[in-house]
Amino acid sequence: MSASTPAAQPTHQAAGTSSLTSDELDTSTGRSARTPLGTEPKQRKNMVLTVVMIACVAYFLLPLYWLVVASTKSNADLFSTFGLWFADFNLIENLKTVFTFQNGVFGRWALNSLIYSVTSAVGASLLATAAGYAFAKYQFPGGKALFSIILGAIMIPTTALAIPTYLLFARAQLTDTYWAIILPSLVSPFGVYLMRVYAADAVDYSLIEAARVDGVGEIRIFFQVAFRLLMPGAVTVLLFSLVATWNNYFLPLIMLNTPEKFPLPVGLAQWQSTASAGSGSQALFSTIITGSLVSILPLIIAFLFLQRFWQSGLSSGGVKA
Amino acid sequence: MATVTTTATTSGSRSAKSTPRKPLTVAKKRQYRAAYVLVLPFFVIFLAMIIVPLGYAGYLSFFRKQLVGGVSFAGFDNYARAVQDPAFLAGVGRMGLFLLVQVPVMLVLSLFFALALDSGMTRLAKFVRLGIFVPYAVPSVVATLMWGYLYGPDFGPFAQLANLVGLPPPPFLSPHVVLFSIANVVNWEFVGYNMIIIYAALRSIPSELYEAARVDGASEPRIAWSIKIPAVRPALILTIIFSVIGTFQLFNEPNLLRILAPNAINSSYTPNLYAYTLAFVNQDANYAAAIAFVLGIVIMALSYIVQLWNQRKESQS
Repeated sequence: MSASTPAAQPTHQAAGTSSLTSDELDTSTGRSARTPLGTEPKQRKNMVLTVVMIACVAYFLLPLYWLVVASTKSNADLFSTFGLWFADFNLIENLKTVFTFQNGVFGRWALNSLIYSVTSAVGASLLATAAGYAFAKYQFPGGKALFSIILGAIMIPTTALAIPTYLLFARAQLTDTYWAIILPSLVSPFGVYLMRVYAADAVDYSLIEAARVDGVGEIRIFFQVAFRLLMPGAVTVLLFSLVATWNNYFLPLIMLNTPEKFPLPVGLAQWQSTASAGSGSQALFSTIITGSLVSILPLIIAFLFLQRFWQSGLSSGGVKA
Repeated sequence: MATVTTTATTSGSRSAKSTPRKPLTVAKKRQYRAAYVLVLPFFVIFLAMIIVPLGYAGYLSFFRKQLVGGVSFAGFDNYARAVQDPAFLAGVGRMGLFLLVQVPVMLVLSLFFALALDSGMTRLAKFVRLGIFVPYAVPSVVATLMWGYLYGPDFGPFAQLANLVGLPPPPFLSPHVVLFSIANVVNWEFVGYNMIIIYAALRSIPSELYEAARVDGASEPRIAWSIKIPAVRPALILTIIFSVIGTFQLFNEPNLLRILAPNAINSSYTPNLYAYTLAFVNQDANYAAAIAFVLGIVIMALSYIVQLWNQRKESQS
């Protein structure tokens, strides 16, 4: 492990840049384009393997396909028609219901999700980037000890922390506020670890020295010289914090009481229990299904468009972890 | 994390070389100050959101609240109660079983997909990679809702298909099967994520490591087994540890499937669900804190065992 670390340095950078170019290239030539050395002979494609893989992809896409089909159906058709094929097209009606049911609270949930996740992700990413850079590039008294404490915290189960955090917040009268979700989501020990690894390679000491010689202050070096180089890593942390907060259920479930402050997952779960509990409220299923579809679209789109960031960023974390 | 400390020491010695040790100069002091300024914002929130709640949970766990007499010091009573509590132990045992069944399946699939993509022998590689990864972007609440409907006897397609050929609906939500149904949801959510971590590690193996083997006529599975898998072991260890942590925190999936299968999933089905019930239904924060603490210790111990096992393997090879 210790031997592989310095060796991995150049290859990781090559892998990072090659994934930039591969996005513009055709998928079928993926391998040769992505190979850092480019000397590899063209691999023969294996039909059996391809068929197996496509079958597996079908499994992973099946629920999403079902969700798309189901969201075009009326509640009655959900029960009376075959689940994996379309019936009368009712998507527009369903969308209208989603956004008007309970005085349009769904739109409010979507906005809340956006506020919670964007604020937390930007904050977590900035904090982790600054700390990770400092741990990577400065040797300061107590630095190593601090870093080991933060590393240890990666293993602390966050849901085990949620209950005591709730009790503390209740004392400080912070429960049922936006802060109750944002503050705990700002801490990403794994983000600090990832940024420390990333900064070690991405920012060269000679650059820092050159800036020092020019009389640039240390903090300005971070913001004006290093930050640009740290961007791919920072975007990775941002994206993963975004997912974690957008998808978070446990924390908002215990922290929030007012439906107007719920993020999408808590809201949808509440609709689901209402729908399942009462016999007369079954008309909700098509609404929940369509709402679920709406709630997953933003992240799927973000992941598709920001592929090169999370893929190159993860590779730096994966190599050395 | 032992693997991490090695990186810390290598980069530490690297920077020590470039800045030889001298008495504290003005520049050095300025650098220290900058380092603290950069670390401070994270550290303040880290203290407030992790260390303080952790300490508070520890503190709470030593007290007990009674209807008569109020709050009193309880010593280790809550812990003694936890390790004898059948509901808690059943939950831990269930998660142990889950860990043994779900995590190996998930990681073997992730590894297989990553190797298949890395071998370059799959057509439509980019589509396959994204198709497997995309569930990671789906909130676990939505994933569980979807699978819950798919499993369901009312309008689930599996029940519909069974009905068509005259069979009873498959018992996805029955007491003995529901754990595996949950395992399937968790697999669906995280196989792609783990695949990407392993795949990223595979991409960074210098290809000359296996080029020679390929020239010598070694088969692709042979190269995968003897060269690629050992090379990505650090990434595999990372995925194992994350899976251990994730498994023992299981909450969202069982809590939502409970709505559909109240007879199969009770309020102490997972340790986390139990802690939640204790704190918010029974209003017993002290005992809930002790449960959370014991759970944390179980998780840390298991992560530690994984690392020890890894180190022993590493020293053997």
